[in-house]
Amino acid sequence: MSAGQSAGLGLLAVILAALPFVLDNPYHFEIAILVCLNATVCVGLNLLIGYAGQISLGHAGFFALGGYASAILTLSYDWPPLGALAAGALGVAVLAHVVARPILQLKGHYLAMGTLGLGVIISIALNREVELTGGPDGTIVPPFSVLGWMPFESLEWYAITAGLMFVTVWLSLNLIGSPIGRALRALHGSEVAAETLGVNTASHKNLLFVASAVLAAVCGSLYAHFSGFITPTEGAFHHSIELVTMVVLGGMASVFGAVVGAALLTIAPQVLTVFHDYESIVFGAVLMGMMIVLPRGLVPGLVRLVQSVGFGR
Amino acid sequence: MTAALLQYLISGVTIGAIYALVGLGFSIIYNASKVINFAQGEFVMIGGMAAVFLVADGLPMVAALPLAVLLAVLVGIGLERVAIAPARGASVVTLIIITIGASILLRGTAQLVWDRNFHTLPGIGGGMPIEVLGATILPQAVLVICATMAIVAALFWFFKATRTGQAMLATSYDPTAALLVGIDTRRVLTLAFALAGGLGAIAGILITPIGMTYAGVGVMLGLKGFSAAMVGGLGSPMGAIAGGLVVGIAEALTAGYLSSAYKDAVAFVIILLVLVTRPSGLFGRRDGISL
Repeated sequence: MSAGQSAGLGLLAVILAALPFVLDNPYHFEIAILVCLNATVCVGLNLLIGYAGQISLGHAGFFALGGYASAILTLSYDWPPLGALAAGALGVAVLAHVVARPILQLKGHYLAMGTLGLGVIISIALNREVELTGGPDGTIVPPFSVLGWMPFESLEWYAITAGLMFVTVWLSLNLIGSPIGRALRALHGSEVAAETLGVNTASHKNLLFVASAVLAAVCGSLYAHFSGFITPTEGAFHHSIELVTMVVLGGMASVFGAVVGAALLTIAPQVLTVFHDYESIVFGAVLMGMMIVLPRGLVPGLVRLVQSVGFGR
Repeated sequence: MTAALLQYLISGVTIGAIYALVGLGFSIIYNASKVINFAQGEFVMIGGMAAVFLVADGLPMVAALPLAVLLAVLVGIGLERVAIAPARGASVVTLIIITIGASILLRGTAQLVWDRNFHTLPGIGGGMPIEVLGATILPQAVLVICATMAIVAALFWFFKATRTGQAMLATSYDPTAALLVGIDTRRVLTLAFALAGGLGAIAGILITPIGMTYAGVGVMLGLKGFSAAMVGGLGSPMGAIAGGLVVGIAEALTAGYLSSAYKDAVAFVIILLVLVTRPSGLFGRRDGISL
């Protein structure tokens, strides 16, 4: 881990530890918890998109599958929540592994379309299998518990989600610095060149696809328990787009960028409600504007700006 | 038995023609710029909604429909000038997100300027179905199919026989070489967005008497048009048409024989099957680009 990354990790720890003293009502806690969950999904997704260069427009499908696995197994089959979460994650891992090899052969727009199709099919199935999922109205989800401990207070939920996010960030930074991380960057640059240097590109891409899908599923399970409710919208195309937008807005190939992007795009809609009818117009315009001005995303863009000021001619 | 099959085929070809028009828009823009325009469905919505509201304002059809198409053409040109041209050279995902931002913006604007309700237009022939060999076909469906064939023929003539069309083709093969022989590739890009806007709007107007329109109608139509373009092979106009028909007919047959609940999933199942077996689509060139 570089000095900059260690400093960033330290800063993240300080912010996460300080936040509970600043947040003063359950609503603020709720947003903070959602930020942590989205950030966790995005850090995983960013490994796939930003580092391995493989786009996915279907990760909301994995998120929703995790959530529904938790909902259905705990509600209808009386599974312990942690077991349901693990089963959901395992199921998603198997699904992601099975589809990874054929889908990840595709590149660019074709890969975007393939993953988009996968996500849309999952979302349609969640809508249509009414007996199992409750259909478009969604289903209630029993509260979470671990060995009898039931997080009920906002602070406890915050501790779980913030902890999960911190561990994910820390592991990701380590992964990027590892030989696997170097292999990923090599295959992002040129798959052919990476292959000739002995990198098994297919298995590396598969690994990240499965890992990011499992992270999404775990976050989906936690989200379902936290909100007590889940609907097929969590798995819809629109949610996949939100996740990818968080990654790209924060900055591809930047772990902290994914966190910043997730925070911004989770908080923005809450703030934008002041615009009422103009909400989606403002959101769309801001999205376009940011991507046009900072095509590499916020964090890499700002880092470059600071460097050019600090170490300028 | 055969009457039912014929009925499904008729409705499949009708909706497939619409997917083909939307898919053609995707292909034309992709050829000119290598951009996938996720706001393509919004052109369809603008065509339908603008036509509905112009007619409601008392304009006769002959004036309202061309105006609705013109509006979508202008929006297409505006999108290219404001959002795509300044972002040249950005990565594939960045461009995808810019066009998604545009689609959110256009949907929000439509809800504000028009409304959030469902609307329809009167179809030709008063909506009385015509009987053909035991199946029935709406006069509007005949119009959809004939109009699509006419547009496709006109487009092929345009690309084959006009200098502008040839310039667009040349640009799609090699932008740098096109620039070297004196083609204004920036104008080609603008023209592509104008054409795609117009094609989308015509599709939107044609389908409104059969399928209704509303501010969010473009989301699914756009995604299915995208599948149509992909099934045929991105950038191949002929492929977009074939892809549209394949998706439309498969959808109608699924709804008829298997399950109407999973009708909307058909397009995506087909696209996955095609991509996995033939990664560049049925008629596509093998030039996958990386992020």
